[in-house]
Amino acid sequence: MEPILQPFKEQQAPPLRSSGFVAWLRTNFFSTWLNALMTIILLWVIYQIGSFVISWGFINANWFGESAKSCPNTDGACWAFITDRWRLFLYGLFPAEIRWRVDVFYGLGALTIAAFVFSFGSITKRFRLTMFIGFPIASYIFLVGGIFGLKFVSPEDFGGLLLTVVIAAVGIFGSIPIGLILALGRSSDLKVVSKVCTFYIEFWRGVPHIAVIVMFVALLPIFIPDGNKIDPVVRALIAFAAFNSAYMAEVFRGGMQSIPAGQFEASKAIGLSYWKMMGYIILPQAIRNSVPALVNTCISIFKETTIVLLIGFSDFLGIIQLSLEDPKWLGPPHIFSSAYVFAALIYFSFTFGMSKYSLRLENRSNVDQ
Amino acid sequence: MSEEPVILFDKVNKWFGDFHVLRDIDLSVAKGERIVICGPSGSGKSTLIRCINRLEEHQQGSIVVQGLELTDDLKNIDSIRSEVGMVFQSFNLFPHMLVLDNLVIGQHLVRRLPKAEAEEIAMTYLERVKIADQANKFPGQLSGGQQQRVAIARSLCMKPKIMLFDEVTSALDPEMVKEVLDVMVDLAQEGMTMLVVTHEMGFARTVADRVIFMDEGQIIEENTPDAFFDNPASDRAQHFIGQVLHHL
Repeated sequence: MEPILQPFKEQQAPPLRSSGFVAWLRTNFFSTWLNALMTIILLWVIYQIGSFVISWGFINANWFGESAKSCPNTDGACWAFITDRWRLFLYGLFPAEIRWRVDVFYGLGALTIAAFVFSFGSITKRFRLTMFIGFPIASYIFLVGGIFGLKFVSPEDFGGLLLTVVIAAVGIFGSIPIGLILALGRSSDLKVVSKVCTFYIEFWRGVPHIAVIVMFVALLPIFIPDGNKIDPVVRALIAFAAFNSAYMAEVFRGGMQSIPAGQFEASKAIGLSYWKMMGYIILPQAIRNSVPALVNTCISIFKETTIVLLIGFSDFLGIIQLSLEDPKWLGPPHIFSSAYVFAALIYFSFTFGMSKYSLRLENRSNVDQ
Repeated sequence: MSEEPVILFDKVNKWFGDFHVLRDIDLSVAKGERIVICGPSGSGKSTLIRCINRLEEHQQGSIVVQGLELTDDLKNIDSIRSEVGMVFQSFNLFPHMLVLDNLVIGQHLVRRLPKAEAEEIAMTYLERVKIADQANKFPGQLSGGQQQRVAIARSLCMKPKIMLFDEVTSALDPEMVKEVLDVMVDLAQEGMTMLVVTHEMGFARTVADRVIFMDEGQIIEENTPDAFFDNPASDRAQHFIGQVLHHL
């Protein structure tokens, strides 16, 4: 047959997108009469909720005062309860005259977060490493004391947000390295190592956390002589690290399974030993792939710290509940709801921060994909 | 040849579960020899060369590489791997590292060269595979042909005595096959000992000293490329060549 020839076509610009606010509104919200109806209904719902939040939380709210009497308006929040008691929420039972040590802890914590969130040019890496190693050590020195002339404070006196943050931080940063080791162990070729790690993971995942906490804190002293010598808070921290490391292990194992076999083969073919292959090739990729699941676990650890309530610790939520029982603040239920709304906001701001940070990590590691 | 063979297979057998994938393989490779291994898929050709650097374990017989027998002894395996380079069908570059770092990491961690020296060597090999301008990109930003050339350079950086190529052009778009084959032809002309699993018959004809035809885990036929392609002795090889050349 005769060849069919097509003329060469010049490159053309893409069609113009309709622009402007009205066009945007129309395409996104009013494209059909059903969409328009939905938009109007949603706007009404948003208006209702928004106006309630503003009138309850701000306009009708009672901001300051020293007892339930300062919150006469039951149509508004009773923030007076919070503003009156915030020190207790923040410091727990930490001795009042040395609360500056907790302030130092919070300050260093904020500095550490800043180190990982912002970039500081050429010193970024060194700054992050310093804070990563220095912060836990400094925290121990300032919070527990007993050295450098600082008065010893028993962790039993921690409370409020301080206790919540300490349990969450130890739970998260204790369980990550243990979880990594368990994940490597479980996928090891050595049958014994693999079986032991699998058993550990399955055991701690399968046992109710409340049972573990009660076991460690309340029952341990009965079984082990001298068990009482270990501070109950420390025992709770060990329990938290123990069962959360099992979850972390599965997170990392999932990340490792997402690495194609070719990566292992290429590493072996250039002669890398097992540990170098894992450390330089497999784990860096596996941990990146694990970030969403990892942050998921971190968030649930943070929220789960509240189970220490059951063994009588006054963590952030616990100390709020305790304060609500104070006769001075016994009153209408809006005090109660205000307190829990406040607690929810604080927990949310921590977990939301974590999830935002994880999105940034993901975006940054997508650069090379 | 009076010289010791650099690779010697003696009655090697291997099974995947119940499947007998290598059957009584006897093979001797001399220094500087270029061998092309071909055969239908599933015939065990990839498994054969993967046994040479112990990515696969054989269960019977012995394999001696550079005078060292492959056993469970980790030291032997490590030293054999440092002498044997391998290039894969799917490139297997490290996606989280720059191209340059892909070449540096082995030299730095295995051959213990200082970073600066390793980078210098890496750049000379990247220039050799004509891709030095891509050194500071991530592998994912390169085309398949470019990635495969980086993979070859990564192996060569380790100064191997033997190079294994496992269907290195099979995953490439047709127009990229040549740029990779050119690099391999250059390498062959420099006297590298090469074992190449490939379906590129043109490459086999121009480069190979010997063609090995495998089917169902056995070496069926060995010959010089011209004799093998023009007058295959076995029925199976005739059939195979008929299939491969069918479309030409």
